[in-house]
Amino acid sequence: MPQRLPIIVFALIMAAIPFIPAVPPFWIVLLDNIGLAALVAMGLVLLTGVGGLTSFGQAAFCGFGAYTTAVLTTAYGVSPWLTLPLSLLVSGIAAVLLGLITVRLSGHYLPLGTLAWGLGLFYLFSKLEFLGRNDGISAIPPLSIGSLRMIDPGTIYFAIWIAVLICAVLTLNLLDSRTGRAIRALRRGHIAAEAFGVQTPRAKLLVFIYAAVLAGLSGWLYAHFQRAANPTPFGAHAGIEYLFIAVVGGAGYVWGGVLGAGIVVILKEILQSYLPYLFHGEGQLETIVFGILLVLLLQLAPTGVWPWLMARLPFKPKRKRPDTSLTLPARVRDADAAGVLLQIDRARKQFGGVIAVNDVSFDVRAGEIVALIGPNGAGKSTTFNLITGVLTSSGGTISVLGRKIDNAPPQQVAKLGIARTFQHVKLVPDMTVLENVAIGAHLRGHAGALSSMFRLDRADEARLLAEAARQIERVGLADQIDQLAGSLSLGQQRIVEIARALCVDPMLLLLDEPAAGLRHMEKQKLAALLRQLRDGGMSVLLVEHDMGFVMDLADRIVVLDFGTKIAEGKPEAIKTNPEVIKAYLGAVA
Amino acid sequence: MNPGMSALLSVSDAHVAYGKVEAVRSVSLEVGDNEIVTIIGANGAGKTTLLNAIMGILPLRGRVAFAGDDIAKLEIEDRVAAGLSLVPEHRELFATMNVEDNLQLGAFRIAKATAAKSFARVYTLFPRLKERRKQLAGTLSGGEQQMLAMGRALMGAPRLLMLDEPSLGLAPIVVADIFRTIGELRASGVSVLLIEQNAQAALQIADRAYVMELGEFILDGPAKDIATNQRVAASYLGFQHEATSVI
Amino acid sequence: MNTTIMLFLVQDGITNGAIYALLGLALVLVFAVTRVILIPQGEFVTYGALTYASLSSGQVPGTARLAVAMGIVAFCLDLFAGRRSLHPRLVGRAFAINIILPVVIFALTSWLAGRHPPIAVNIALSLSIVAAIGVFLYRIVFQPLAHTSVLVLLIASVGCHLALQGFGLVFFGAEGQRGPTIADVAFTLGPLRFTGQSITVYAITIAFIVGLWLFFGLTLYGKALRATAINRLGARLVGIRTTLSGQIAFLLASVIGAISGILIVPITTLYYDTGFLIGLKGFIAAIIGGLVSYPLTAVAALVVGTVEAFSSFYASNFKEVIVFTLIIPVLLLRSLAAPAVEEEKD
Repeated sequence: MPQRLPIIVFALIMAAIPFIPAVPPFWIVLLDNIGLAALVAMGLVLLTGVGGLTSFGQAAFCGFGAYTTAVLTTAYGVSPWLTLPLSLLVSGIAAVLLGLITVRLSGHYLPLGTLAWGLGLFYLFSKLEFLGRNDGISAIPPLSIGSLRMIDPGTIYFAIWIAVLICAVLTLNLLDSRTGRAIRALRRGHIAAEAFGVQTPRAKLLVFIYAAVLAGLSGWLYAHFQRAANPTPFGAHAGIEYLFIAVVGGAGYVWGGVLGAGIVVILKEILQSYLPYLFHGEGQLETIVFGILLVLLLQLAPTGVWPWLMARLPFKPKRKRPDTSLTLPARVRDADAAGVLLQIDRARKQFGGVIAVNDVSFDVRAGEIVALIGPNGAGKSTTFNLITGVLTSSGGTISVLGRKIDNAPPQQVAKLGIARTFQHVKLVPDMTVLENVAIGAHLRGHAGALSSMFRLDRADEARLLAEAARQIERVGLADQIDQLAGSLSLGQQRIVEIARALCVDPMLLLLDEPAAGLRHMEKQKLAALLRQLRDGGMSVLLVEHDMGFVMDLADRIVVLDFGTKIAEGKPEAIKTNPEVIKAYLGAVA
Repeated sequence: MNPGMSALLSVSDAHVAYGKVEAVRSVSLEVGDNEIVTIIGANGAGKTTLLNAIMGILPLRGRVAFAGDDIAKLEIEDRVAAGLSLVPEHRELFATMNVEDNLQLGAFRIAKATAAKSFARVYTLFPRLKERRKQLAGTLSGGEQQMLAMGRALMGAPRLLMLDEPSLGLAPIVVADIFRTIGELRASGVSVLLIEQNAQAALQIADRAYVMELGEFILDGPAKDIATNQRVAASYLGFQHEATSVI
Repeated sequence: MNTTIMLFLVQDGITNGAIYALLGLALVLVFAVTRVILIPQGEFVTYGALTYASLSSGQVPGTARLAVAMGIVAFCLDLFAGRRSLHPRLVGRAFAINIILPVVIFALTSWLAGRHPPIAVNIALSLSIVAAIGVFLYRIVFQPLAHTSVLVLLIASVGCHLALQGFGLVFFGAEGQRGPTIADVAFTLGPLRFTGQSITVYAITIAFIVGLWLFFGLTLYGKALRATAINRLGARLVGIRTTLSGQIAFLLASVIGAISGILIVPITTLYYDTGFLIGLKGFIAAIIGGLVSYPLTAVAALVVGTVEAFSSFYASNFKEVIVFTLIIPVLLLRSLAAPAVEEEKD
């Protein structure tokens, strides 16, 4: 939650600086440059630090912003203020086009792709006739309000820093919302986010466009600050430098971007003015130091300066508890929900020549706890992934309340009221328990990115957080609600995943090894919770290795071995089933 | 192990943790020369974690000594050089290289002349590998891959071979073959530490056994005694309440 | 378009493509073994070329000093890493590799500079200087980061590029240089003129590809390198040190980079920052090869070279734009063909 007071204090300090008599004008120029870099870095924080999409190409978007206003104001005489929306629009459209192909790239292909088009665009800027080729465009008119022409660095300073502050607040608002949580979940991989209905490609494109628009704004301001635009500041090296700024400041933090911009711009200035004296060399010595510092930073402090600073603050920001009296509308249960809820009919999954799930059939009825057990590699998790749409099946049908869902995308499955937990916990470790659990309620909220940036989402948001808090209380983690998920024990993290799944308001809960890592007492509490859920009409399908837990809890057990169902029945029958004992203890060889 | 014998591998008070969660708690075990020792236990008991930590893949708190030397601080590669070898759960073969190259790399740390002897020994133990020596490892059947993984580990002439679930995902007839070979290894002077979910097969060839449950050893003793202990079955299938009276 | 021009462009494309192929192979090798996307590969090219050019004009190149300095840092790191168990033998080995070797190379370079040694000696010196820098680069930057993600390695790699390029400017100045040709002969075949230099380019490229193929296919160390690339844990479990494989990979990459530089510096004027662009074109080839396939990379490199030659004829202004845009459809196809898979074990 953005803290108002520090932001206001910061804004007042920044507003006062130009009026301090002793401040040399040169410092103001530096502050202007810091503000311009901070805008781009803020976008990168969202894109790279928060969303996990590394881009070396942000400088090119600055170029779109700068050249748009340069061309329109010089060649067509358009007023600079009119070009602002156009500059942002052009950067945004460029981002949509590049983003549509780029954000689909996976892993390290994405940063390489951004490096490639970053270079391509740089050469394009420097070769196009109407952009003035290598010389660029000069004599761009200054910004002006009435008779106040923002020519000197001291006046455009206000335009730049007002933009920085507004963007910082909007970005913080965005991060602290339903959409923001979806974005923050991206970095942990798409599987968990999609299981709760997040359209990950759309969320990725959104941050990509957002970062580009911020860069475009920086470019627009830059053009009117320098009153000229040429290709050099929009090339690959500038793109690398922006990434450097974000990493230095702390790539996961909005204010880290601003801090990083400050550190790097000032450092660069110092290096440029003193290094030549020290080494009597010619230019670009600062790139050597930069490169070395970047490597050192990655080796010694990969998370950046901002989190290091925050950890040393004497006071910790307090968080507001959500008002749990607010409620979300519950799912409308079908009339026939009393019968078979989930039906798996000859489901099959082949990986190359290996049959992981071999024509497995079973049902889960309403208000029933079914356990799926079997030795390692029996195909249990694969079955889970078929049901939840993470994997596409090679045959058979899976239906919920009679509706076929095989090969439906995970988001669709979540909408039908199927929620899951993961064998390998997939929480966002640097988000609080509350925020993690609230991702579960993603489909039950409606506020979009724009409304959350302008805080029009508060009613919707309060209901989502209330629901999340209620589910956290229900699983018994109310005391940990504001802790970071990564700081909990693995057993507690599994329980947080259950709370997140409950936020979906599911009809069927799929739990992948929920008891692993829990102590005896915790297991008993979990069992009690699951029984209580069942008695409330929910169905549970669980994979679990702790046989004591399973035998006590499950109404019915399905046993898999080598991808094939070898037994199904009540726990007592399963315990004495010779096939099952053989599968588990092995035959005498 | 007989009390008078000095242990080849000696682990005492070992803890292994993933972050804050301890997956292995205060475990001590010994493997003597020419001994086959097995650790059995249900899925998720912590067997693989323990083996990986002994090999140096995971950090271990506690004491690990091999042939009298403290190896707790050594890198994996140095433990290999000391004569410790692991056939991991996922076998970790060089899938796009042929059988012969996989085996040759198994002997990376030893002299060429010794490697030639190792080849002869591995091909005698696993004649199947000799037939397939030009085939890519990734195209072998599951059983053959397990043989290759064991063969590759043996190429380095280890003193102790640690096997992580060699029967995993294999048909019963292949499992029998693998276990027969494990028995033969002892005859050639290699000690074996075997992790198995297939408790019956493991107990049949082992000298001694440890039973692991939820990160701790709950039982140990001669394999024959363990095989008849009711608590083992209880530990696997979860009917403690019926079986606790046995011990 | 007449046939002569077309043949000329194809020839030009193949000559450039051969260089890109060499670089692409090195990039694939380094990535497969160490997961490092070697952006400073281009600096190896520049260093090789300009070191050779400086030596030929009788100057002591700054790269020789850089190698000594990096050796000292590497030595300190070795001492620090092994501080718990400092055997005299280990210290001696580290001293020999990190201190004596670069100092000897530096001494030889200083002594020979101005004495007009034969071209072969200059080439050998240039190669050993760049090779030392390559190996030390791995030790200083990437070995401590070996456990981190591809992304962190990539950013570190970009940092190395910045630093090495900055050093390049300090050592060689902003002016471009050319080096003496390796072979002066030339002959004409139909409409085409083949220079000794372009023949050398083809010959060395082919020799390197065959050499690498033999190295990987027949030698124990070559196989160990492949093994590390295929399965890192498996390699460690048979006792192959990841750091050893990393050093060999960087050694090969720096030698290949330097060779490429020495081959082209007689044909084109090289500036301190030219290597970056040349390296990136090798990259495009490597990425088309998916960072894994050697033959595909070599073929892709020839395509990149040819596209570059044709676009410099038809749209010379947009040559770089066209070449760098070439990568996007390829990346897209690659990424669609192999979508990100998250680990999810049973």
